[in-house]
Amino acid sequence: MAESEAVKPPIRVGLFVTCLVDLLRPSVGFAAVKLLEDAGCKVIVPSQSCCGQPAFNSGDRPSTQAIARRTIDAFAGCDYVVAPSGSCAGMLAKHYPELFVDEPEMAIKATAFAAKCFELVSFLVDRLGVKRVSARYEGVAAYHDSCSGLRELGVRDQPRTLLAGVEGLRMVELAESDVCCGFGGTFAVKYGELSDAIVTRKSAKIDASGADTLIAGDLGCLLNMAGKMQREGRAVKARHVAEVLAGMGDDPAIGEPDAGAAS
Amino acid sequence: MSLAATTPHFKDNVHEALTDARLQRALPHARNFIATRAAAAARLPEFEALRDSARAIKDHTLAHLDLYLETYERKVTQSGGHVHWARDTGEALAVILDLCKARGAKSVAKGKSMVSEEIGLNAALEGAGIAAVETDLGEYIIQLRGEAPSHIIAPAIHVTRDDVEADFRRFHRELPADRDLTQPEQLLAEARAILRDKFLSADIGLTGANFLIAETGTSIIVTNEGNGDLAQTLPKVHVVLASLDKLVPTLNDAAQLLRVLARSATGQDLSVYTTLSTGPRRPGDPDGPEEYHVVLLDNGRSAMLGGQFADMLRCIRCGACMNHCPVYHAVGGHAYGWVYPGPMGAVLTPSLIGVEQGGQLPNASTFCGRCEAVCPMRIPLPNLMRHWREREFERHLTPAVVRGGIGFWAFFAKRPGLYRFATDLAMRALHLIGRSRGRFAWLPFAGGWTRYRDLAAPQGATFQARWRAKSGAVR
Repeated sequence: MAESEAVKPPIRVGLFVTCLVDLLRPSVGFAAVKLLEDAGCKVIVPSQSCCGQPAFNSGDRPSTQAIARRTIDAFAGCDYVVAPSGSCAGMLAKHYPELFVDEPEMAIKATAFAAKCFELVSFLVDRLGVKRVSARYEGVAAYHDSCSGLRELGVRDQPRTLLAGVEGLRMVELAESDVCCGFGGTFAVKYGELSDAIVTRKSAKIDASGADTLIAGDLGCLLNMAGKMQREGRAVKARHVAEVLAGMGDDPAIGEPDAGAAS
Repeated sequence: MSLAATTPHFKDNVHEALTDARLQRALPHARNFIATRAAAAARLPEFEALRDSARAIKDHTLAHLDLYLETYERKVTQSGGHVHWARDTGEALAVILDLCKARGAKSVAKGKSMVSEEIGLNAALEGAGIAAVETDLGEYIIQLRGEAPSHIIAPAIHVTRDDVEADFRRFHRELPADRDLTQPEQLLAEARAILRDKFLSADIGLTGANFLIAETGTSIIVTNEGNGDLAQTLPKVHVVLASLDKLVPTLNDAAQLLRVLARSATGQDLSVYTTLSTGPRRPGDPDGPEEYHVVLLDNGRSAMLGGQFADMLRCIRCGACMNHCPVYHAVGGHAYGWVYPGPMGAVLTPSLIGVEQGGQLPNASTFCGRCEAVCPMRIPLPNLMRHWREREFERHLTPAVVRGGIGFWAFFAKRPGLYRFATDLAMRALHLIGRSRGRFAWLPFAGGWTRYRDLAAPQGATFQARWRAKSGAVR
């Protein structure tokens, strides 16, 4: 649908910043803005909260629908909606239409909205044709494929393509990179022991890869893996792919103290 | 009547499984199927198209199940067999026990059947003084150990080779102590020798069915050991125990499903034996049973037709979902607490024993989606698990603390202005507390997280607050 309507430059991209980035790691949001602006987009940030996934995955459909309606309205003026997360983008692009199967009018709106929603890195590569970013990162990194991005949106080669062009960065293979890290949103808390068993294995695989940096496209997964590795005393730094691609890899990594703070 | 479920104690089961060193040594075996399935799928260019057509075959069958069930019954009867309809576990057990008693049966040789686990058949037979002999090697091993299957196609996957040797030495009394059993083949030979006599002395052979064919009244089983063939041809009576979702219209349809079944399960192009049975032995047949009975079990499945969980009835029990499941890999099948483990079990268990009993399972998923990605029947397993969570929420079965937490959070999420204000304050405060270390090892209300891992401290003001400050609050 969106294909036939010519989008006039500059493309107006609404940044769906995601609640985790909004609250815990705004630098990922600014990295996303930089990448989108460098690619020629006009970035706007409508007032927003969360995509509704915690309610959706807890079976609270009414709350999810209420949140979805707000989100759809908030981004009405955007040509595209882009999120630095496969999980939240998957929610917008794949699950919003499912929410309104019993409301034909809303279903049409949600479907049209879903068609303009994308995960950040795949949007840059697939939609905008970005082949290379100008960034530098000194390190050896492993990339973890977050589940929703990989399996709902087909995000796999796009981040690897762009990371390959980052100066100073060497990518190494991560065994079982497509296996869940055990985060799963509220799952990590509701089934903490099970989640821990899964992330413990992931942490060992990351360690075995020989990487000094872990890169992924979803902050939830990164918080889980970084938190586990830090608890285990591993020195691997965890960073969001947007930060590395935007050349913001010098900032403190996830869970690291502020630059200049006592440590 | 059926197997008592420990599913409500899933979290305890998980803890037990994670701290069971012997189990943890055995569990990595389940991952071996990942590479073999991937290779099998890659060898067949039309594999993805076959998955689509497999889904279409089952969807069509289920949409007209009444028609196909009647046709099937007619064909079985025409071929000299008998169909017994069983609404539930009690009726199925009654039919089978009556068949056994009327023939004075002392021993039943069994091919592998998950439906027999579902109705607790072995216990019922033993209760009636009839020996139930499992003839599938894995089933035989766990029967010796007094355990239930932990996987739908590899029932003893939780057992190591060493365990099996120890079990054989314990239970096979005539086994010389100095016999070498260090190789899997030697264990197999030992089991085969013991089982051969049991086949010959069994009064009744009972098998499950992978498919029931409406156009011919045929039942199909697939095995890798050929035990099913012996179980159904040597005894005088062959009983097929199957649930009604096993129906497919034609042999041609079954052939298509067989092409995805073994590839998805073990990565074989086909299982070693694919055995078709149509009625009892006919005049002039060199072998076969004198009687052929089919016990067709509903047990809640017809109630799933046309509903939110109807997709689950497409399942052909390949086990691919559990072979690829991080939760199954971590704890194995017994932790699920009833008959069917893994993602398919997480959807099916609440359907069959009620969401009050089985509700833990659809909640214990990260929704990683790997199960759906490999399901040959394209069953949307994560979505179906989510539907169970919705049912629980609607019926107020969701734990109060989760419901309260979601309600509190949703109150803010529905009000972005208030949300921005409150979260910005909270993040600034948390930043001040956490900035020197950059993370928290403990936080109030976050114990479920920080018990196992650190939690990164926020960077300070929220993104939205910073953005609005930067852009002069344009909106």
